[in-house]
Amino acid sequence: MGMNHDMIGHVYPPSKPYLVTSENISAFVKALGDSNPAYADGTVAPPTFPIVVTMNAMDAAFHDPALQLDYSRLVHSDQKFEYLRPIRVGDELTVSASVEEIKPLGTNEIATFKTDVFSGDELVVTGWSKIVVRGPEA
Amino acid sequence: MTIKISDVSVGQELPALDLAFTRADLVAYANASGDQNPIHQDEAFAKSVGLPDVIAHGMLTMGRAIQVVTNWVGDPTSVIDYSVRMTRPVVVPDTAEGSIVSFTGKVAQVNEDGTVQVELGAVFGDVKVLGLARATVRLAQ
Repeated sequence: MGMNHDMIGHVYPPSKPYLVTSENISAFVKALGDSNPAYADGTVAPPTFPIVVTMNAMDAAFHDPALQLDYSRLVHSDQKFEYLRPIRVGDELTVSASVEEIKPLGTNEIATFKTDVFSGDELVVTGWSKIVVRGPEA
Repeated sequence: MTIKISDVSVGQELPALDLAFTRADLVAYANASGDQNPIHQDEAFAKSVGLPDVIAHGMLTMGRAIQVVTNWVGDPTSVIDYSVRMTRPVVVPDTAEGSIVSFTGKVAQVNEDGTVQVELGAVFGDVKVLGLARATVRLAQ
């Protein structure tokens, strides 16, 4: 049994707002080991920071029974971000996640989720996450 | 020093970066990102699902690779897009030194609109851990 292809194009309701704080930015920068002085005052977030909110939004989708996705066999294979502007302290981020593609790849299936990240009404970043769901072992 | 578009040519190599991945880094990244999957922290669990040991978050590797670009340009907000394929995991033993990943970057394209495309590399031992890794940055004119 694979994923439900009828879900291609499905848009999930927006995630709950996430307030970006300088503490959250600084913890993320520190965990990356990034010593770029641009991050010293914790006002601007690094390029991969949006994953904090997009992954949560996708997790909700992954567990949607209608999608019929076997979470235990899921691997995150590709990630892309397009930035309209950087994420900054004080942004209130919500994510609109949608199913862009589901297709077979050999015995596996791949799916691409699009995640539009908004601060208020302003689109700030779009992310695309491709996942592989491994098929049953032969 | 600010890099200007006129200083950049196709094939130019960016300063490389060797970074250690330790178990403590994975715990810090799990807490900062919210990704608490036990394959990134619990050795017994990782081995029970067929992994050789604890592995780093692919997104931690992605977050470190872009530092080759942002260190080069200085301003991290000049990144316009960034994409990677996570081809192989970075295996992280429980040692003080952890695992070293070598990050590289090369200018692939200089565009008329003042942007530059950089191809990134990330190698752990002799294994490429990222593929199709590229970023576009806007440089000063």
